[in-house]
Amino acid sequence: MLGYAVRRLLGAIPTLFLIITFAFFLMRVAPGGPFDRERTLEAKVLENLNRVFHLDKPVWEQYLYYLGNLARGDLGPSFIYRDFSVQQLLGNGLPVSIQLGGMALLVALLIGSVLGTIAALRQNSWVDYSVIAVATFGITVPNFVVAPLLSLVFGVWLSLLPAGGWNSPESMVLPVITLALPQVAIIARLIRGSMIEALRSDHVRTARAYGLPQRMIVIVHALRAACLPVISYLGPAAAALLTGSVVVETIFGLPGIGRYFVQGALNRDYTLVMGTVIIIAVFVVVFNLIVDLLYAALDPRVRYD
Amino acid sequence: MMKQNEERIFDIRDIRVTFDTPDGAVEAVRGVDMHVNAGETVAVVGESGSGKSQIMMAAMGLLATNGSVSGSVTYRGQELIGLPRAKLNRIRGAKVTMIFQEPMTSLDPLYTIERQICEPIRVHGGLSASAARKRALELLKLVHIPDPERRLKSYPHELSGGQRQRVMIAMALANDPDLLIADEPTTALDVTIQAEILGLLAELQKKLGMAILFITHDLGIVEAFADRVYVMQKGLVVETGATEDIFQRPQKDYTKMLLAAEPEGHKPPVGNDQPVLLDARDMCVTFTIKGGFLSGPGYELKAVQNVGLTLRAGQTIGIVGESGSGKSTLGRALLQLLPSEGRVVYQGTPIQGFDRAAMRPYRRNLQMVFQDPYGSLSPRMTVGEIITEGLLVHEPGLSARERDRRAIQALEEVGLDPSMRNRFPHEFSGGQRQRIAIARAVILKPTVIVLDEPTSALDRSVQKQIITLLRRIQESHNLSFIFISHDLAVVKALSDYAIVMRSGTVVEEGPTSEVFDNPQSDYTKDLMEAAFNLREVLNRQAAARV
Repeated sequence: MLGYAVRRLLGAIPTLFLIITFAFFLMRVAPGGPFDRERTLEAKVLENLNRVFHLDKPVWEQYLYYLGNLARGDLGPSFIYRDFSVQQLLGNGLPVSIQLGGMALLVALLIGSVLGTIAALRQNSWVDYSVIAVATFGITVPNFVVAPLLSLVFGVWLSLLPAGGWNSPESMVLPVITLALPQVAIIARLIRGSMIEALRSDHVRTARAYGLPQRMIVIVHALRAACLPVISYLGPAAAALLTGSVVVETIFGLPGIGRYFVQGALNRDYTLVMGTVIIIAVFVVVFNLIVDLLYAALDPRVRYD
Repeated sequence: MMKQNEERIFDIRDIRVTFDTPDGAVEAVRGVDMHVNAGETVAVVGESGSGKSQIMMAAMGLLATNGSVSGSVTYRGQELIGLPRAKLNRIRGAKVTMIFQEPMTSLDPLYTIERQICEPIRVHGGLSASAARKRALELLKLVHIPDPERRLKSYPHELSGGQRQRVMIAMALANDPDLLIADEPTTALDVTIQAEILGLLAELQKKLGMAILFITHDLGIVEAFADRVYVMQKGLVVETGATEDIFQRPQKDYTKMLLAAEPEGHKPPVGNDQPVLLDARDMCVTFTIKGGFLSGPGYELKAVQNVGLTLRAGQTIGIVGESGSGKSTLGRALLQLLPSEGRVVYQGTPIQGFDRAAMRPYRRNLQMVFQDPYGSLSPRMTVGEIITEGLLVHEPGLSARERDRRAIQALEEVGLDPSMRNRFPHEFSGGQRQRIAIARAVILKPTVIVLDEPTSALDRSVQKQIITLLRRIQESHNLSFIFISHDLAVVKALSDYAIVMRSGTVVEEGPTSEVFDNPQSDYTKDLMEAAFNLREVLNRQAAARV
């Protein structure tokens, strides 16, 4: 298992390399540069800036230079937030994003599984239909609607919770709910579907025929089997959640890294964009590996060696 | 069989099972009375859809959510229908236990054997974990699982089919049941394994004295195994009585028909003067289980090793073998449907190694019919479209009208009403679908048809019709068949030459009459005996235990 994990991580290096290369050249193909402004800078200033940031060199040379720095663990200076390196920006923002995403994921997993299980056990009853209705609502209403709405109702009208910021446990409630809501919906639907299938399976029939208590049948024999499809969904979902959400961070004014991705791209902040791309890619690779290892842990038929 | 006392332990009265389906209510069981006395072996026999399993599902509270039941089922005077789940749970799994058809799916793939056997022991007997484990080990020894300590730690997928069914039996025996309900417990197993499992059940019954209610479609098992029989048809019991009476003196037409449905007849061998159509030498098929650059080295599985055959015009070669013997793989390799080594010559042309394009002109002559009549017909095409599809490729010049004429002709030939050609496969029964699959092959006027278990998914009475049909079209078109099946009775009836395969190699071959009536190898002898003389095998097993 450990050998497998190491091999998988080694195997991810070429993948990451390709992603980095592709992202690097794609950024350079986009028109404009980091120092283009409404009012064009003086030619001399621009030349100076370009020289300092090595933008006067041919692109392939810049690419090699970037790779060289990356190999030493240096993501380079941000072109826009001039006093900060990309490491500093991501280092400050990432903990916030991970905290927010992690909590949202946990909440979604807990509520989603419970709702999905209940709906499956009460299939085609009003309980089932309400869960499905809530789930559909959660998936279809975009978070840029949910976020301001929650902020308005609970933050402004009821003054129960802070409408924004990230400085107290209370301030985390609304962003976490906003981020978790669609995930709750997706997980509830997934669990419901696979749970219904599991409840109909032959081995659950065996458990019933052997007089096992219902609670044991549901939790031990049905839910574990029903979890498997959810786990494969969780890999990419966790990677997406933990690397921040532009909308939620912007609306609630959170200092995460999600906004850097958009701002960096709009401002042609080459190094910042590369930094976020690398972080997201690494998260995706790592979480997919975790999913595969979890699969092996939960399903004895899956073996890696 | 043991002498039973007349104490009724399980009594079913006027039971009715109805399923609420989108097409309206379907009555699966329509008022059945049945009982089981202490210690006796009762068989419920019937074809698919006769409701034989659903009675027991209803009795044990295992009906699907859309099913409902009325009537009465009592176990030692205790009414089970409508009993609250908590009370029912004290009986099922303890006093009345069940084993099922598919031991693979009936066990939870995610837990060890130990855990699954211990669960009912602990729930019903309130044993401690270590006591339950000890009991589980005892049970595995009781059902003769080799290396029981290690097997406790195994997962279901690590066991063979026969071992899995032994584990199910161990679970069933855990709480000293009064009644064991066995729902087609050997249907998914090979015949030699089936004989072992039946022998085990007989042995355990003798040792432990529980009653067995055996649900099956296989009359051979009933005859060898049961004291008393209920014959079911369309949700009703049509006849009941002692096994011997039913088999010797059946009263009802349906029972007579079932008894007569065992495949019969034989095929005279073809002369050596008949031209050779298909000649295969040294066929080998090796599956490489792929290793990858990161997942370690792969390994090779030799599915077929050095098998040859010569098929003459009008001949039927039967290939028999248990699951995993490589018989289907050989059939596919002969038609170049999967890569193989060796040499295959079709009417003088070596076709070995031909790719799809090179094989295309030969395909119309070399047709194939598959086992699963549900999976092998496209559900979104009408029957007419399905059977004429091959004509579009092989006779592209035909007009639509001409194709339609050929479709009518082919459907008539396989005994289907041609006016049904605009319907979809799901509107047909299993036997009718197999007829459609045969029509699809026959319409191309082939010379060789490879039939891969074409009757295995069908009831015996339907099987018999398909056998008759195959015989007829073979005669009228002078067709040659390669008939692949695990069902020895069918092969015996249809083929004039038989090849017995095991683990990818030929164990024995020769004219059907010789292989079946005078088998030489031990394996073939065991196979024949398990298939045709089950009672003898069980008696010998019983004698060996005394």
